[in-house]
Amino acid sequence: MSAAVVVQDVTKTYDDLVANDGIHLDVGAGEVFGLLGPNGAGKSTLVRQLVGLTRPDRGGIDLFGHDVVATPSVAGHLVAYLGQDEPALLDLAVHAAVSTTARLRGESRRAAAAEATDLVEELGLTAVADRPLARLSGGQRRLACVASALAALRPLLLLDEPTAGLDPVARREVWAAIARRRDAHGVTVVLVTHNVIEAEAVLDRVAILDRGRVIACDTPGRLKAAVSDDVRLDLVWRLDPPYGDPTVAALADRAVVAGRRWTVRLSADDARAALGRLTGGAAFASLDDFTLATPSLEDVYLALGGRDDDLERA
Amino acid sequence: MTQVSRTPPPVRAAAAVAAVNGRTSWWSTADAVYRLALARGRIARGPLLFVATLQSVGILVLLRGVVRHPDRATSAAVVAGGSVLVVAFVALNLLAQRFGAMRAGRSLDYFAALPVPVSAVVIGTAASYATFTVPGALVTAVVGAAMFGLPFGQLWLVVPAVVASGIALSGVGAAVGLLMPRVELATVAGQLGMTAVLFLGLIPPAHLPLAAQGLRQAVPSTYAVDVLAAGLRGSATPGGVLWRVAASLAYGAVTLAIAARAFRRAVAR
Repeated sequence: MSAAVVVQDVTKTYDDLVANDGIHLDVGAGEVFGLLGPNGAGKSTLVRQLVGLTRPDRGGIDLFGHDVVATPSVAGHLVAYLGQDEPALLDLAVHAAVSTTARLRGESRRAAAAEATDLVEELGLTAVADRPLARLSGGQRRLACVASALAALRPLLLLDEPTAGLDPVARREVWAAIARRRDAHGVTVVLVTHNVIEAEAVLDRVAILDRGRVIACDTPGRLKAAVSDDVRLDLVWRLDPPYGDPTVAALADRAVVAGRRWTVRLSADDARAALGRLTGGAAFASLDDFTLATPSLEDVYLALGGRDDDLERA
Repeated sequence: MTQVSRTPPPVRAAAAVAAVNGRTSWWSTADAVYRLALARGRIARGPLLFVATLQSVGILVLLRGVVRHPDRATSAAVVAGGSVLVVAFVALNLLAQRFGAMRAGRSLDYFAALPVPVSAVVIGTAASYATFTVPGALVTAVVGAAMFGLPFGQLWLVVPAVVASGIALSGVGAAVGLLMPRVELATVAGQLGMTAVLFLGLIPPAHLPLAAQGLRQAVPSTYAVDVLAAGLRGSATPGGVLWRVAASLAYGAVTLAIAARAFRRAVAR
């Protein structure tokens, strides 16, 4: 697999804040690659450097063999970039926003208009095609921005939280649109997310960022397998937990408590045994809900020392 | 993973993926940005243009009341200065605010991430603002010529005057908006620039002290004011019009180049 993106030792500092700290990454052509991490992990800073908007203090970035640090303008030819918001397009109608982006990527006015019509339909925006982005709901506006990013397709899609604020149906529409472009045209996709469900569902490989560093990078499956055999037991108490119960007392020492919800990480055998005792004993009367789950990318993130904040799980 | 209820339309633009295309042409970029900026200003431009025109016409009415028997040269200078002031209000004041807001709101990133010439983005935006100054400048010139009893024969010169001053001043307005660290400072700087155009454009050159006459030549819109003033005196010559328009364009080329450079710096900050 040839390399679409090669990032070597990229470091970027803002005043005293080290946003990226010696990042190395390789993304193969045709991959759907994710950058996962909480807010402030340095994901957007890295993406801005990939598209030539920000220059790294140190390190190299190659896109399809082109040196973006030496020639930032080359990124505009290779990359379709979707920022976290798109204020430049807010006053345009949806169709006009998409066709304007297509035109600015070199399409003729006629071709741009035709493609905008297709994209607006593909992302389910036909009913609001003539409405300015500023007057759409947050989710529709995000969809319109995604449509704009997909206009006049580039070899690399660089999408900063493309599904932020979308409902599950719209989110699947976006994933489907991205997948179609990868399957039909071999487009490479790098997307930023702090949603672990999205990361597990759509990414071929994922780099987990924390405090400006890549703390892990592999397929979601391998990452989960490598970190731990532990499973996660979630308990939700209807009433105060019955601490008199020996199983509950034992779990209480290891639980991460959030209100009435306990999260406990245990070996699979211990979890199964504990759940058996809880559901078969008197404590069951106090239990509102429970789940037993294999490790998620969130567990990988926590096991590698990440902070348990800002990751989305919906 | 990817179930959708509708059959999606075919994905277009496969060819675009195959190779790195060249940069989008300068004219296509300027045209698309021009339309984008026009769409943006659709709601606000009417009231703003009304205010800009009313301001200039108001100044002319004031001066007509104050100066009892102005000579023709003075009248022509006042009316020409008032007409170009409409352009200054929009190209300096409003455009500086607009680019300041684009810089602060990170709208520049959208353009910077596209394969487009930055100068075309600046000029496309500036041109959209300059466009809706034409009716205001024309109204001011017509009303002013009527009030001061000036001939209408060469009033068409308001068009090259607006274009020339629009290009020269919008480069300054764009550069100010992009260079100032805050929108508020960009607004103040644009307002100060407009004040300079107001005084040095409206007051006839012969009435200015020597030092101010030198300063007048340094103001980008002076050449456009002089083109229109010559027309209102009925003494414009093709050579005189051409060199003054050329001087305005040269001014505009320099200031727009500075603005394009400021654009790149603003994105990379």
